Amino acid sequence: MSAAIEGRDLKRYYTVKGSGFFGKPSTLKAVDGASFSLESGKTLAIVGESGCGKSTLARLATMIEKPTSGNIFISGTDPHANAGAEKSRLRQDVQMIFQDPYGSLNPRKKVGTIVEEPVVINRNLPAAERRELAEVMLSKVGLRPEHYDRYPHMFSGGQRQRIAIARALVLQPKILIADEPVSALDISIQAQVLNILMDLQEEMNLALVFISHDLSVVRRIADQIMVMYLGRVVEQGDAKTIFANPCHPYTQALLGATPAVDPKLRRERVKLTGELPSPLNPPAGCAFHTRCRFVQDFCSTTAPGLEMKFERQVACHYAEVAMKS
Amino acid sequence: MSLLEIRNLSVDFQTVSGSFRAVDGVNLDIRETDILAIVGESGSGKSVSMLAVMGLLPWTAKITADIMEFEGRDLLTISSRERRKIIGQDISMIFQEPMSSLNPCFTVGFQIGETLKEHLGMDRNARKIRSIELLELVGIPAPEERLKAFPHQLSGGMSQRVMIAMAIACSPKLLIADEPTTALDVTIQAQIIDLLVSLQNDKGMALVLITHDMGVVAETAKQVIVMYAGQQVEQQEVEGLFSTPRHPYTNALLNALPERSLGLDRLPTIEGVVPGAGDRPNGCLFSPRCEFAQDDCEAQIPPLVGTGTNTLRCFHPVDHGGHGE
Amino acid sequence: MNQSTINSIESGPRQPSVLRRNLLEFWYYFSESKTAVVGLAYLVGIILMAIFADFIAPHDPTIQYRDCLEQAPSWGGDKCNFLFGTDYAGRDMLSRIIYGTRLSLVAGGMVVILCLSIGIVFGVIAGYFRGWVDTIIMRIMDTILSVPGLLMALVLVAILGPGLLNAMIAISITYLPYFVRLTRASYITENTKEYVVASKVSGAGKFRIMFITILPNCMAPLIVQATLSFSTAILDTAALGFLGMGAQPPTPEWGTLIAENRDLMLSAPWTVTFPGLAILLAVLAINLMGDGLRDALDPKMKRS
Repeated sequence: MSAAIEGRDLKRYYTVKGSGFFGKPSTLKAVDGASFSLESGKTLAIVGESGCGKSTLARLATMIEKPTSGNIFISGTDPHANAGAEKSRLRQDVQMIFQDPYGSLNPRKKVGTIVEEPVVINRNLPAAERRELAEVMLSKVGLRPEHYDRYPHMFSGGQRQRIAIARALVLQPKILIADEPVSALDISIQAQVLNILMDLQEEMNLALVFISHDLSVVRRIADQIMVMYLGRVVEQGDAKTIFANPCHPYTQALLGATPAVDPKLRRERVKLTGELPSPLNPPAGCAFHTRCRFVQDFCSTTAPGLEMKFERQVACHYAEVAMKS
Repeated sequence: MSLLEIRNLSVDFQTVSGSFRAVDGVNLDIRETDILAIVGESGSGKSVSMLAVMGLLPWTAKITADIMEFEGRDLLTISSRERRKIIGQDISMIFQEPMSSLNPCFTVGFQIGETLKEHLGMDRNARKIRSIELLELVGIPAPEERLKAFPHQLSGGMSQRVMIAMAIACSPKLLIADEPTTALDVTIQAQIIDLLVSLQNDKGMALVLITHDMGVVAETAKQVIVMYAGQQVEQQEVEGLFSTPRHPYTNALLNALPERSLGLDRLPTIEGVVPGAGDRPNGCLFSPRCEFAQDDCEAQIPPLVGTGTNTLRCFHPVDHGGHGE
Repeated sequence: MNQSTINSIESGPRQPSVLRRNLLEFWYYFSESKTAVVGLAYLVGIILMAIFADFIAPHDPTIQYRDCLEQAPSWGGDKCNFLFGTDYAGRDMLSRIIYGTRLSLVAGGMVVILCLSIGIVFGVIAGYFRGWVDTIIMRIMDTILSVPGLLMALVLVAILGPGLLNAMIAISITYLPYFVRLTRASYITENTKEYVVASKVSGAGKFRIMFITILPNCMAPLIVQATLSFSTAILDTAALGFLGMGAQPPTPEWGTLIAENRDLMLSAPWTVTFPGLAILLAVLAINLMGDGLRDALDPKMKRS
């Protein structure tokens, strides 16, 4: 059975104009070789900080942008190799929810209209049936059919996220990309929205790609995890394995920096020196070497590739050293 | 002697639909070298109460308190001139969005220098030397060059460090940090929190940390105040709060944390929503959502009982001895 | 499917109608400015006056009373009682001004409608396509802006021929750049928001994104601009009329009234003063109202 969504060596480069009149243009490597494979009903978490490329990867997955190189496969088919109707049909299978509940709903439209929009665009249903479909979705996410006629500003952040989920799932897609869906929400509301996501994932057998920087949430819901740094994948594999024993120094730093209430869950705080390098000017060799505590000369000359070590994919020349610590 | 003493602070806002009580009866007692965390979700009034102390609320806010004193001086009746001498010098504040808290039209050096000039009356040379000292203190590399940088040239973490430098420029006795790391990446967040704690240690400052991140609270604070819908519901030492929370809201909030539900199918949530302006219950504000609520909870608002740093607003606190009552 | 007429059966009291609540909130902020309310009242007053001119005006504006030429304002006498006096041809000033209200309001309205419709289309197209399409449109607008408004209107009217309709067209062209720029700027800002991306992910095509998704969110500054352009259009129409290039006599347009009675400025000042006052008060009222509108629609000034 082919995976619901698959990415093979995805790359997305942007050309950035040089500074000044005669500046040379430079290349921004937003995503530099990411591969993944996700089955229906499973959750892949993409983790990383600003500039790591996770949002760009989301845009590639939803086909808002075309990869510079590499392929995306939706249920085994490459949408960019097709055109017109087939591409449009594949696009409907991948939907997205966003981070900012206040910006992702059109403030001038009624909630019902917002939820119906994908149906209006992609299907030919009479108005009454469309409305019924929208009201069913609203109930599924815990809102009432009466909310159809309200405007987004009347709802709280958590409720807006639910509306966004209803909109994303109204066409019964196979894959849902969630870009930091709960980061802007209060803890108790996070829990409600996460529950809804998990319930709907089970009900609709969705493949869920969950992008987040909050490792405590990721630990809770992910089956697989992919850690990105400056456009490259540094560690990838089964979530439980990686959380129990992070190998890559960056993953260790991330886990160590995540504050935990339960002292048993706290890891040694790895002091990461320095700031995140600019994606326009990534360090030579291994992108992480400027902040790594295990750095050696070799790291600044050659970029490590992803290799299978210790039951996960990791990109580090000195993975064994890092693992022992 | 307490640095900041507050009894029964309330803040009312004039709005389109009448008067709205954003903060309702907060008690606070901060001594030197205290680290107090004020936690709560959106609408809890945590930021508003500290902004009231600083005098930074808009004219539509009405501030009342039985006592609001800093080092024995009454902050309620103080003239603006006197207030300006205290704010920025003895009490300082840093905010959530570092990128928008700095004036984009002026260099970093100018903005730090402004504080020094206003409060300490330093001349240009002295200001430059002290600014460089401060930037080094907050861990900014190459401080002489950074003085000439504009805010948009700095990353989020750098901007927040500059803000901290500005805040500690006059060696304040009390530093209020309003969600200082919410907008930052997790590894940078760890650096900033460590910086705040080390500064607090070295300078013997008191630190008030306003946040909704319970992990940060658990790892950093000594005392914790929990707020709900504008009211103070509980205050305890940090270990006690996390191991035996007494207020049902604190209990439910901690249970909703993703890390506490690792073995469970679904995350525990708190049913219902925070009461808004129009639907405040007659009795305890949390009673509609409380699983331990009884008749007397809905009849009248529980008073804040307890002394000093151990307070509770609840008729039927959670009993950790056996089962919740 | 019946629209819900339920009076809210869920948690928390909510006003029954969205529209009503929005209007009430808008009125709360708008009425904070007393001058804005006065302006609005005056505008409503002259609109009613224009509609019911036939019933309000004491005389027909075109009838010439040969034995009452250049009469000063008088009332209570037995003959030649004209509240605002008569002009050089013996016509009642008051009636002419009242009927002139129609022309001014229509002129202002037409200009606003033309500018909004054409300006929005160009602005949205420039904002959506960017690149050379954007450049061409904006440079054309810059060219229009580089010539002083009234001068350009004069040139256009000279080409098209004098008359009220041509004056309106000419004025619309000179106002166009403001609307195009506003629309384009709003569009570009809104385009970066996530709800646009969400619509694209849903499969929305070009036209849907441009006119259904983004445009409604650009309307607030456009409404304010339209209101202020209304008043400026009245002023410019009067200016063109005064210069003899707009409405032609005997049309009772306010500017034309001043032009045809120009020689009587010293001997019969009421013939130019009252039309002048009419222009002044109308423009003032609309500007005051526009200021209040801007403040009311500005989300940063909202308190709750």
